[in-house]
Amino acid sequence: MSSLTTSEAGQAASARSKKRLTAFLFVVPLLAFILLTFVAPIGSMLWRSVHHPAVAELIPLTLAELQRWDGKDTPDRQTLEVFVRELHELDQQRLSGKLAEEFNRAYTGMSSVVKASARRVGRLDADELQDKGAETLLQAHRNWSSAQVWYAIQRAGQVYTYDYYLTALDLELHPEQGIQVREDTQIYLQLYSKTLNMALVITLFCALLGYPLAYYLAGLPENRANLLLVLVLLPFWTSLLVRTTAWIALLQTNGVINSFLLSSGLIGEPFEMLYTSFATVIAMTHILLPFMILPLYSVMRGIDPSYLRAALSLGAKPIPAFARIYFPMTLPGLSAGALLVFIISVGYYITPALVGGTDGQMISNIIAFHMQRSNNWELAAALGSLLLALILILYWLYDRFVGASNIKLG
Amino acid sequence: MSRSTTTSFSAFALAAALATASIAASAEDSLTVVSWGGAYGAAQKKHVIDPYQKDSGVKVLFEDYSGGVAEMKAQVESGNIQWDVVDLEVIDLERACSEGLLEVIPQDILPPGVDGTPAAQDFIPEALASECAVGNIVWSVVFAYNEKTIGGTKAATIADFFDTAKIPGKRAMRKRPQVNMEWALLADGVAPKDVYEVLGTPEGQQRAFDKLATIKKDIVWFDSWSQAPQLLNDGGAVLVQSANGRFYDAIRQEGKPFVIVWDGHVYDLDAWSVLKGSPKKDLAFKFIAYATGSKPLAGMPDVAYGPTRKSSMPLADQSAAPHLPTAHLDKGIQAGSEFWADYGESLGEKFNEWLLK
Amino acid sequence: MSKIPAYFGFWHRFGAWLLQVSSWLVLLFLILPILVIVPLSFNVEPFFSFTEGMLTLQPEAYSLRWYREIFNDPKWLLAIQNSFLIGILATVIATALGTCAAVGLARDDMPQRRFITALLLSPMIVPLIITAAGMFFFYSNLGLAGSYLGVILAHAALGTPFVIITVTATLTGFDYSLARAALNLGATPLRVFFDIIMPLIRPGVISGALFAFITSFDEVVVILFMAGPQQRTIPRQMFSGLREQINPSILAIATLLILVSIALLVTIELLRRRAERLRSAED
Repeated sequence: MSSLTTSEAGQAASARSKKRLTAFLFVVPLLAFILLTFVAPIGSMLWRSVHHPAVAELIPLTLAELQRWDGKDTPDRQTLEVFVRELHELDQQRLSGKLAEEFNRAYTGMSSVVKASARRVGRLDADELQDKGAETLLQAHRNWSSAQVWYAIQRAGQVYTYDYYLTALDLELHPEQGIQVREDTQIYLQLYSKTLNMALVITLFCALLGYPLAYYLAGLPENRANLLLVLVLLPFWTSLLVRTTAWIALLQTNGVINSFLLSSGLIGEPFEMLYTSFATVIAMTHILLPFMILPLYSVMRGIDPSYLRAALSLGAKPIPAFARIYFPMTLPGLSAGALLVFIISVGYYITPALVGGTDGQMISNIIAFHMQRSNNWELAAALGSLLLALILILYWLYDRFVGASNIKLG
Repeated sequence: MSRSTTTSFSAFALAAALATASIAASAEDSLTVVSWGGAYGAAQKKHVIDPYQKDSGVKVLFEDYSGGVAEMKAQVESGNIQWDVVDLEVIDLERACSEGLLEVIPQDILPPGVDGTPAAQDFIPEALASECAVGNIVWSVVFAYNEKTIGGTKAATIADFFDTAKIPGKRAMRKRPQVNMEWALLADGVAPKDVYEVLGTPEGQQRAFDKLATIKKDIVWFDSWSQAPQLLNDGGAVLVQSANGRFYDAIRQEGKPFVIVWDGHVYDLDAWSVLKGSPKKDLAFKFIAYATGSKPLAGMPDVAYGPTRKSSMPLADQSAAPHLPTAHLDKGIQAGSEFWADYGESLGEKFNEWLLK
Repeated sequence: MSKIPAYFGFWHRFGAWLLQVSSWLVLLFLILPILVIVPLSFNVEPFFSFTEGMLTLQPEAYSLRWYREIFNDPKWLLAIQNSFLIGILATVIATALGTCAAVGLARDDMPQRRFITALLLSPMIVPLIITAAGMFFFYSNLGLAGSYLGVILAHAALGTPFVIITVTATLTGFDYSLARAALNLGATPLRVFFDIIMPLIRPGVISGALFAFITSFDEVVVILFMAGPQQRTIPRQMFSGLREQINPSILAIATLLILVSIALLVTIELLRRRAERLRSAED
């Protein structure tokens, strides 16, 4: 190869960078669109999990006063008076309920204390507020004398916080002992492990059902296989809600399966199947099975059946021959399908919400609960961020071993 | 450009243009009114919504929800106001009002009764007690059984609801602490007048949870009142909690063999209110003034709910009178709106943790 | 397996038979739950199960009652209209942006290809509950929650990965020298795109568009969190129906949806076969 002159090399480089730019320009519109409509919203969720200015906005003066507090006893009179004035003001503006909710999150049981106290303080006029505001507060409930309560208020007043992550991991911060496992209730870690367990069971079922079917289809002549594949693709294309509805019709107490079993005399009492984790697992296996079959089938199609036949004709026992020759060749398809099914099932919401009852709920359902029912959006965001981290790790694995753009869609 | 490409692109563009046009068309002025669906919703549609749409020309989007303050709170706090008018249980009203989720309703918008009585005297006092809402019906949470599935021993008292030895089988309850905690204490022998006092103490709350725990494995939880009659009909549960009107409607309209047990019922008002920050506040007030008029309210006894205006009763179907909650006040207690304003949040949380245990 | 070689003994044959039987059982597991819905939707009774009359095939046990109910209910009609409206507009956006991006991504000289591909495909992977929660926060701040625009943008974002995947698949092996030659001969880039690239990738674009459509048509979580009553869609209406008041009108709409999915599936299959025929004709 002759050496290039500097100008030739420069031209080549600029041609290359021009090509790179052209390629990039094609992608820019979608990239901008996705960043704006998808990545930014997720960013706002992450932001919300650590940014919580509500309390700081409700009682700014009290929090400023609390900075002088030594954290040991009831805060001094001046602090209490400032707080009573702010509470009075909030009551007039109908915002004491909001404060009650926030305090309740920081210290369980505070909601009723704040509301009842706000009502008492709200009845005071300006002079009374000046003279006996602090006393009224301390009389309203003994919690107002507790250093622990004020410590919790002080923490709730932080604009930037990692407390929601602590809650999401069943931890809590203790004034002296530091971070420790929550004593009263532990919910979320248990729920995470339950979710992973269920996803694992679903993946396993999908593999157990999908593998033989894909193998069978791969052995059929192409025309016939394509015909039967339609039976796999139809559920794939059928609305998720339709399939969930179908399982409700099948599984409910007086549903199709129970009435069949009852009328055939196989059972005397209907089974309770709907609203259990069994219902979640079976319905989700049904819904996700095509995601397992399609990659398996496409890999198996590519394997020359003569390998296995040759081994068999040379006298190899069928099971070892299958296990040592065929099975390893299908691993790429199996791992692609398994990872995809696992990823999808870990974050599933609709089906468990409709058929799972209390017992078949997964982590997504508790996120939805905190979004829609308890309105604890910060905790929902923290739980969601942890789930997102888990999914991204799995997605990274998938991209590494399978390639993100190799997802099989039929 | 090849022809088929051009064709498919113009088809696409046409579809898109049509779609955009129909969005523009559907953006016409309307009011979103949210209530409870089921038999109650049907009665409201017939006696309130439909006549209102006809008289005023305003299009009403009549939506269902299953109660609670959470959805309203999400809308107000995110600034994403979707609802204009909401039919609230008064048990949730004080809470919603004190948390700033509702507009203050000027009571001078309410018209006098058909007989000319000024609104302030025509309404029962409880209906106008809150500045955030106007009460429209008196209803009650009761339980019922199905003659077909109950077996030999019939339920008669609230204690029977918690007695699985006497009446075996599933119980269906709404998945929230309200009313269930009261029932647990009543069944545990607390005197009706002391229920809320006891429930205000940690020991009382524990007592209620302990009582509920005795039947926990037999409870079928539901989210919405409208699920309840179905559960009783298809054998999903033997004793089912619901609003009295839902059972009454199933008995009267569909001839179901349901029997309502009034012992220990918790009666309450439902009230119309306006979501804070609704862009159609004034229209919403007008709707409420219409909806709480003597005539629309006179339709509510159709589903065994008592109208809150005295002038409505003479206009109503008298056959429902013995089935209204007001005919059974001696057997029940009034729902504690103020109590639940204070304890709704913390007991709700405890209740959910208890459920997960 | 269709042909069993002679050297297969009894156990081999038994194994092949076992495989066939279990495969058919799995196929039944896949398809039966969906088919069960269809007859149930003609139930005259308001139940989700077969009545005795239905099993003995008495004509009066069947009716079109629930179909009439749907077409007389303004809520279902609004939902049907919304589903198509949102679906079509989201599809247009997703297809246009996705096709363009796929063309760029298929080029070898695309910088950071792997990372950008993974990023652009992530809406398909991130759990909808997370997407929906984030969108609720973000779009509410922009005043877009509870608006058609917000829902359409959200659904378009969810649909783009499918377009990228299907278009990329048709682009593998595409020879860019064709396009370059045309450019050198003085064709405008737009002309090059529509006259040279488009005919090749059209099957991919159309099936991508169908996927994007069905994604929006079937989506309910984002709608639950972000849409207002005005934007209620079919799946949203089904969701609240299943949660609150189970009656067979849901089965009737489900049956109609099955017909929609069969139509889409058939279209996709025909496209695939045509593409295959074209490819084999080229060879």
